[in-house]
Amino acid sequence: MDKIKLSAHRLNLHFGKKHVLKNIHIDFPNNKVTSLIGPSGCGKSTLLRSFNRMHDLSPDVKIEGDIQLDGNNIYDKKVSVTAMRKRIGMVFQKPNPLPKSIYENLSYALKLHAFPKNEIPGLIEMALKESYLWDEVKDELKKPAVKLSGGQQQRLCIARTVVLRPEVILMDEPCSALDPISSHKIEELIMSLKSNYTIVIVTHNMQQAQRISDKVAFMYLGELVEFDSSENIFKDPQKELTRNYVNGHFG
Amino acid sequence: MLLYNSAAFFADVKPVDFFTGSQWDPESAKGKYSIAPLLVSTGLVTLGAMLIAVPLGIFTAAFLSELAHPKLKNILKPFIEMLAAIPSVAIGFLGIVLVGPGIAKIFGLANGLNALNGAVLLSVMALPTIITISEDAINAVPQSHREASLALVANKWETLFKVTIPAALPGLIAAVMLGLGRALGETMTVLMATGNAAVLPTGFLDSVRTITATIAIEMGEVPFQTTHYFALFAIAVVLFLITLAINLAGEYFVNRLRKFHA
Repeated sequence: MDKIKLSAHRLNLHFGKKHVLKNIHIDFPNNKVTSLIGPSGCGKSTLLRSFNRMHDLSPDVKIEGDIQLDGNNIYDKKVSVTAMRKRIGMVFQKPNPLPKSIYENLSYALKLHAFPKNEIPGLIEMALKESYLWDEVKDELKKPAVKLSGGQQQRLCIARTVVLRPEVILMDEPCSALDPISSHKIEELIMSLKSNYTIVIVTHNMQQAQRISDKVAFMYLGELVEFDSSENIFKDPQKELTRNYVNGHFG
Repeated sequence: MLLYNSAAFFADVKPVDFFTGSQWDPESAKGKYSIAPLLVSTGLVTLGAMLIAVPLGIFTAAFLSELAHPKLKNILKPFIEMLAAIPSVAIGFLGIVLVGPGIAKIFGLANGLNALNGAVLLSVMALPTIITISEDAINAVPQSHREASLALVANKWETLFKVTIPAALPGLIAAVMLGLGRALGETMTVLMATGNAAVLPTGFLDSVRTITATIAIEMGEVPFQTTHYFALFAIAVVLFLITLAINLAGEYFVNRLRKFHA
């Protein structure tokens, strides 16, 4: 049995009157890639965003139940949101580099955390190398980040998350805005990051989920329908609904 | 016409005297035409107004768009927009009966009709412009920037100061430029509230007379086609060049910042 890194218990989430997540129980094993799949609007992204409290920004969201990181509830009043977010990084669907240079995109979080000045360039170089971006940008770190291609921007966003050395990385359809070659690079990157990080990824791409994940969770209309190893979900799902979805009969 | 008339002026008065002298006294026998006191007055009042209105305006805008409860925002916004609708003569009047005496009391002066009074009033007039445009600029910053910053472990304030405001900077500069233009060009308020003394001021508590006020006061009474008449065109040209330079500078900075945006 794998060590559980992140988990949700009896998680219910309402946007105003709409019940978006219904009594979700899920455990994410340490240093594994878990994919969340399901048709649009089933609550995958909402679930993902509740793992680093991104819903705090939106008014009239009500969250019940708890989410535990190493056994501690991250919604506890005593928990520092920033300390928690340092441990749980997030990569968004659309590459969202800050309107700064490549270098500043990476140094931003480091500076906020008062990392020693002389260590910052080294940490940045390491993160860019891990994200397979270093060779492409090493000579133009001062260039505005928005001048990079979409795929490069997304890898920059991953590098920016990795540079803080989080324990968990949440990815919300990181490849949906990218071409196949860039997607492939991101997938390789995810595979290489797996040994050090617990990765939770939302994806609409069944082949991708199959290629990269150890475990897969299928969600439908706000409920967690089935959660099992990638192999079982794709080859031998227990539920009819899952079978239909992974075989492309609906969704 | 502006240029033709100013050229006529410089045929009568040497440019050196125009810029370096220290007196504006067209009525005297010799006729002293130095723009220095007027220029310093304009600069002083405008600078003072901007020192008050820019921080206040931008923070109000940031507060309204990022922090304020929607209900509070719905109360404050019409109030701020209403400020823009007050005629300048009414603001000048308030300066004479309210702000001026207040300043006189605080600083122990004989009267409060001075540059500080003008600056306070002009800041009130520039505020609605600055707040409204700044708020639009801040609202236009994509939510994804804020999310990126928060996910990178910044708190609400760090996100506001290090991401949202810098990202909105081109718009904020435009807001400041428009506010500045409003303050530089304003005539009636400063004419009424700053004491109208065309001498070189030494500080915010001196009476001043701006370029705009000088033109407004003297244009109606000056004999046609005299040196004095031409002089008013010359100072108008200077005002025009200042406004132009400020706008060009604003444009330059906005373009330099734009390249960091998609």
